[in-house]
Amino acid sequence: MSTNTNDKTDQAAGLLLMGAAGFFGWQTTGLEIGTLFRMGPGYFPMILSGLLFLLGAVIFLKSFGRPGEPFGPIAWRGMMLILPAPIVFGLTVRGLGFVPALFLATLIASQASVRMRPAAALILSVAVTILSTLIFSYGLGLPFRLFGPWVQF
Amino acid sequence: MDLLSNLAMGFSVASTPANLVFCLIGVLLGTLIGVLPGIGATATIAMLLPITFQLEPVSSLIMLAGIYYGAQYGGSTTAILINMPGESSSAVTAIDGYQMARRGRAGIALATAALGSFFAGTVATFLVAIFAPPLTVIALKFGAAEYFSLMVLGLIMAVALAHGSVIKALAMMVLGLLLGMVGTDIYTGAPRFTLGITAYADGLNFVALAVGLFGIAEILRNLEVEQTREVMTRNIQRLMPNRQEFREMAGPVLRGTGIGSVLGILPGGGAILASFASYTMEKKLSKHPEEFGHGAIAGVAGPESANNAGAQTSFIPLLTLGIPANPVMALMIGAMIIQGIVPGPNVVSEQPMLFWGIIASMWIGNLMLVVLNLPLIGLWVKLLTVPYYVLFPIIMAMCAIGVYSVDNNTFDLYAVAFFGLLGYVMSKLRCEPAPLLLGFVLGPLLEENLRRAMILSRGDPTTFLTRPISAGLLLAALAVLVLVFLPQIRSRRDEVFTEADG
Repeated sequence: MSTNTNDKTDQAAGLLLMGAAGFFGWQTTGLEIGTLFRMGPGYFPMILSGLLFLLGAVIFLKSFGRPGEPFGPIAWRGMMLILPAPIVFGLTVRGLGFVPALFLATLIASQASVRMRPAAALILSVAVTILSTLIFSYGLGLPFRLFGPWVQF
Repeated sequence: MDLLSNLAMGFSVASTPANLVFCLIGVLLGTLIGVLPGIGATATIAMLLPITFQLEPVSSLIMLAGIYYGAQYGGSTTAILINMPGESSSAVTAIDGYQMARRGRAGIALATAALGSFFAGTVATFLVAIFAPPLTVIALKFGAAEYFSLMVLGLIMAVALAHGSVIKALAMMVLGLLLGMVGTDIYTGAPRFTLGITAYADGLNFVALAVGLFGIAEILRNLEVEQTREVMTRNIQRLMPNRQEFREMAGPVLRGTGIGSVLGILPGGGAILASFASYTMEKKLSKHPEEFGHGAIAGVAGPESANNAGAQTSFIPLLTLGIPANPVMALMIGAMIIQGIVPGPNVVSEQPMLFWGIIASMWIGNLMLVVLNLPLIGLWVKLLTVPYYVLFPIIMAMCAIGVYSVDNNTFDLYAVAFFGLLGYVMSKLRCEPAPLLLGFVLGPLLEENLRRAMILSRGDPTTFLTRPISAGLLLAALAVLVLVFLPQIRSRRDEVFTEADG
C-alpha cells in the first residue's frame, strides 16, 4: 500500500494552472480594462484569468486526502531530443538553409530512441532530407532557400 | 429539385480531375498516417494541414476532408490489428475488432468497418445536404448575443464529453481561450500577451499549437516505453463477409448510422459519444450479449457506422454556423480562415461551389476509401511492421517543414516545441488537449461577439437572457453542466470511459 494519500497529479495540475492564471493576470495589468459597455482589451482576459485561477485552486484543494495514480514512466530522453529538433530547425533554416537544417533536425530527433543505431540514423536523415527537398521544394514549389548564407562560399 | 441541382453542381466541382486527384491524395495520405500506431485523426490532420495551403480553397478543403476520412479509417485499422486505437472514437472498435483479429477474422472485421462506414457516410452526406441549407437560414438571424451563447454551449459540450475530470477539462478550455487572446486586440490594436515579440502579434500560429499538442506530445508518449507490438498480419485470409455475416451486421449498421447522425450534430465531439452509444445499444439489443468483448461482429459494425456518420454530420454546425463540433472541425476552421474564408452561414450563399463541392467530395472520398483500401489492406498491414523508431524522425521532419511553411516564421517552430512540451505535461497530469484546442479556436470569436453584444445592448448583460434563442442556448449549456456534475450521471460517465479504456 502506498503511504501517499494526496493526489500528486492533481496537485501539480492545480499549481500549474494557478501559475498560468497568474501569468495571464499579471500581463493583463498593463491593459485597459474598460467598462461593461465598452470593454477594453483587458476585460475578457481578466475574467478568464480569474476563472482559471479559481479552477486551478479547486483542483489543487481537492487533491488532498485522496490517493493519486502514479505518473508512470517519463520520456526524458524523448523530451531532451524531440523538443529541440524544431528549435534547431528554426535557428538554422535561415542561416544554413533548408537542406542542412532539416538534416540536423532529423538527426537530432532520431536519437530519441534507444534502438536507433548511429549509422541507421545517418542514412535515415539523409534519405528524409533528400525526399523532403524533392517533395516540398521541387514538387510543391515551396519557396525555401536550400542553402543559406552561412554555407555559401 | 433545388437539392438535386445543388448536389449536381457539387459533384461537378468535386469530380474535376484536379479535385479528384486531391481527394485521392488526401484519402491516401490520411490513411497512411492514420495507420501509423498511436497517431489519431487530429494529429494526422494537424501535421498534413500545411501541405494543403498552397492549393485553391475548394481543393484544399476537399483534400483535408479526404485526410479526415482516411485518418479515421486508418485509425480503425490499427484498432483492429494491433489493439491500439488512434483516437477515442475508434477505442470501441478495438474491443471486439481485435478479438475478431485474434480469432483469424481480421479481414472480415476490416471489411465490416469499411462497408459500415461507407453506408453511414452515404446516408450522412445526404443528411448534410438536406439539413445544412435550412439551418443557414436560421443562422442568418443570429446576432452577436446568440453567437456568444452558442459558442458557450459548444465549449461546455466539449468539456462534458472530454475524458476524465470535468473541472480539469473546464480549466483546459479556459486556458485555450486565454491562449487564443494572444496577439493584437481587434478593437484597439493593443498587443496582448506577446511578451514584446512582434512575431506573435498576429496571434499564436494555430498549426503550431495543434501539431505540438497532438502530434509531438503523442510521439513523446509513445517513446515512454518502447515496446514491440503484436501485429495480427499472418491470419488475414478472407476479406468479404459471407451472407450470414452480412445479415448480422445489417441491423447494427442501420442503427449506428441513425445514432451517429443525430449525435454528430451536437457540438463538442458527438462522433466519440456516438460510437460508445452504439456499442452499448447493440450489447443491450443482442441475443448473445456474452459475445461482446469476444469478437462480436455487431460490436464492430455498429460503432464504426456511428462514428463515421457522426464524423460526417459534424460538418453541419461547421458549414452553417462556423462552430466546430470537435477538434478536427476546429482544424478545418483554421484551414478555412487561412484560405480567407470566414466560416459561417454566409458560405452557402456566397460560395455555393465551395459548399456543395465539399459535400459531394465527402461521398466521393468515402467511395474511394472502400474501393482503394480493401485491396490495399495488405500494404497498410506492412506499414504496421515498420518500427516506430524509424517513423517518428520522419514525422518530426514533416512537422518542422509543415509548421515553417505556413508563414516562414521561425518563431512558430519555437512555439511547436513549447506546445509539444505543454501537451506532454498535460497528458501526464491527465488533462485533455481537445477542450484547449476548441477554446483556442473559439476564443477570439467568443470575445468579439461578447464585446459586440455589449456595445449593442449598451452594456446591459441581461441581453443574453432576454433574447429567446440566446437564453435557450445558455439554458442548455447550464443543463449540460449541471448534468455532468450530478453524482449519478458522473459515475455512469466514468463507467463508459473506463469501459473504453479497458
